[in-house]
Amino acid sequence: MNEIDITSKKSLFRFNLKEVWNYRDLVLLLVKRDFVTNYKQTILGPLWFFLQPLFTTLIFTFLFGRMGKLPTDGIPPMLFYLCSITFWNYFAECFKKNSTTFVDNQSVFGKVYFPRLVLPISVSISNLIRLAIQFGLFLIVYGYFIIFKGAKIPLNPYIMLLPINIILLGFLGLGIGIIISSMTIKYRDLRFIMDFVIQLWMYATVIFPVSSYPIKFRWMADFNPLIPILETTKLGLLGQGTFSLHSYVICVIVTFISLIIGILMFNSTEQNFMDIV
Amino acid sequence: MQNIIEAKNISKLYKLGVVSTGTLSHDLNRWWHKARGKEDPYTLVAESNNRESKGESDYVWSLRDISFDIKAGEIVGIIGKNGAGKSTLLKILSRVTGPTSGSVKLRGRVASLLEVGTGFHPELTGRENLYLNGTILGMTKKEIDRKFDEIVAFSGVERYIDTPVKRYSSGMYVRLAFAVAAHLDPEILIVDEVLAVGDAEFQKKCLGKMKQVSEGEGRTVLFVSHNMSAVKTLCTSAILLQNGRLINQSDNHSIVAQYLASASNASSAVSFEENNAPGTNLAKLLSVKIFNEQGHPEIEQGDGFSIEAEVLVHTQMQGDISITFHLRDELDHLIFVANPSFEKMVFESDGTKTKIRFRCSVAANIMNEGHYRLARVIILNSINVIANVDDVIFFNIVPSRIKNISWQGQKEGIVAPKFNWQIEQIN
Repeated sequence: MNEIDITSKKSLFRFNLKEVWNYRDLVLLLVKRDFVTNYKQTILGPLWFFLQPLFTTLIFTFLFGRMGKLPTDGIPPMLFYLCSITFWNYFAECFKKNSTTFVDNQSVFGKVYFPRLVLPISVSISNLIRLAIQFGLFLIVYGYFIIFKGAKIPLNPYIMLLPINIILLGFLGLGIGIIISSMTIKYRDLRFIMDFVIQLWMYATVIFPVSSYPIKFRWMADFNPLIPILETTKLGLLGQGTFSLHSYVICVIVTFISLIIGILMFNSTEQNFMDIV
Repeated sequence: MQNIIEAKNISKLYKLGVVSTGTLSHDLNRWWHKARGKEDPYTLVAESNNRESKGESDYVWSLRDISFDIKAGEIVGIIGKNGAGKSTLLKILSRVTGPTSGSVKLRGRVASLLEVGTGFHPELTGRENLYLNGTILGMTKKEIDRKFDEIVAFSGVERYIDTPVKRYSSGMYVRLAFAVAAHLDPEILIVDEVLAVGDAEFQKKCLGKMKQVSEGEGRTVLFVSHNMSAVKTLCTSAILLQNGRLINQSDNHSIVAQYLASASNASSAVSFEENNAPGTNLAKLLSVKIFNEQGHPEIEQGDGFSIEAEVLVHTQMQGDISITFHLRDELDHLIFVANPSFEKMVFESDGTKTKIRFRCSVAANIMNEGHYRLARVIILNSINVIANVDDVIFFNIVPSRIKNISWQGQKEGIVAPKFNWQIEQIN
């Protein structure tokens, strides 16, 4: 028989991954719910999965590529931006959605217990499926460029890092997201700040390739863990990008530290957040 | 037999007022005390939870040193006035929130029903919501597959199972939601007053299901209710809470008697401040009072009297507004239910708040003397319940001063109407 102990002091490190596993059916149903309800009562329906990144890419291509003439490492601007945006979106969506976990779900959390970590996990998984769909769009556009514009498929070993890059993006979005979610409960100001942070972060990540940084400022890229991920991804897929082992290692370390801190904070918040929220 | 629930000294501290103001400074202060190994400074100043007196401190103990044991197979009623800590206790037992101090040991799977239909999404169909809600409550998909037909049959909404629940009537919604909950297989079932919803037939079905779960399958049920007759018929024992403290734990009949006796120190009027008045942003119950034909709160047997409620109606209110009063005596008999069924107040939004006064007059020479309570006040907007307030007023009907010469003491019977007699000799 399983025993449950409820105490006032919950050990910081006692989180029960087995319990989360017991609720795996809930994770899957929540993912399904996200998909079924997302585009209900829209005319274009799931087509929006494609249209969102496509519009952003067109705007960026026009603004930064055509008008601003910003460098894109010699990659056609459209491909460059679409690739960056597809992967950036995965991170940003995980981050944004997870950073409001507690506030968004308080009506459910206030009435029934289940391991709260189930929700951020389901958010990350449904965004992963979105990424897969949008990656399909990228491949179609890429195919067009290869056939009609003579773009070459690069063959280099960095493509092998793609799955790891996707995992890193997901973990980073999850980790930072739940850190913020644990803090937003009390300090709601963070929710508004987050909008700006995400926008700024996007410009700092998506627009400039590292190769266009003046050598003196290359070190700044180490402070943005997304840059090594996106650079390596572009290097693997499009053949242009900057790979630096030490930046990549820093980024991996930062990702795991934020994930661990996130889970610990989330864990210590979940018990009493209903009194504060 | 082993105890299935053991609660030891659970306490719960709440902060009153607006929570997010000054929290940063309080947090820093707390942290500073912690860093020096001292006790949380705010637990020291907290007061006991008494709604009626305005306290000095911003912190109150919603629960204080609650300890009890419950054996497997019992149905335990938890009773007490509004604000006694019942819901907080259920929240702690169902792990929605943690205690400030103390501990609970639960031996078995717990399912809590603090609300029916938690996590229902309006866009999803009945079938999809059934699965989602079931897994939220702790079932696996396989279990639901196995019980699916049974659940749907219990709910009685077979025809609509593939329709989005936003198209359901509120009754169908509740039926489906409760059907899911009724088919959980927990060792411990925790139920809040969700049974206040739904029609009488369905309530009966729910109560029956709870009894069956406990007797037939040996499960333990914890049940919060203001419905004393449900506690008396359904429960095997009860716990009485008052101002956050456990007053007594004993068999259900003596606890109900104790509750009604303790609650009967009469108060013939109650009023709420607008900010924490019961209700929603559509309408709020501001005050309720009881008085006799002369306007005095003291009612003698034989007097007619009035029950008067004031309701604040906000601008968004559409449709009509109505109210219902339930009156019960000290043995928990339902004496009457009064509602103005044909005289509804119809509303159109005109951009201002208004106050509505409902006055229900009870004719003279009906009620017997004794202790009564206005056990429930319900405010309705069309068919939607806006507020549902229990045990609002406790009042006494005292013996008449104009004593009938031929009779001494209280008349027998629940009511004491005035009769017209014709007595004649007919041979």
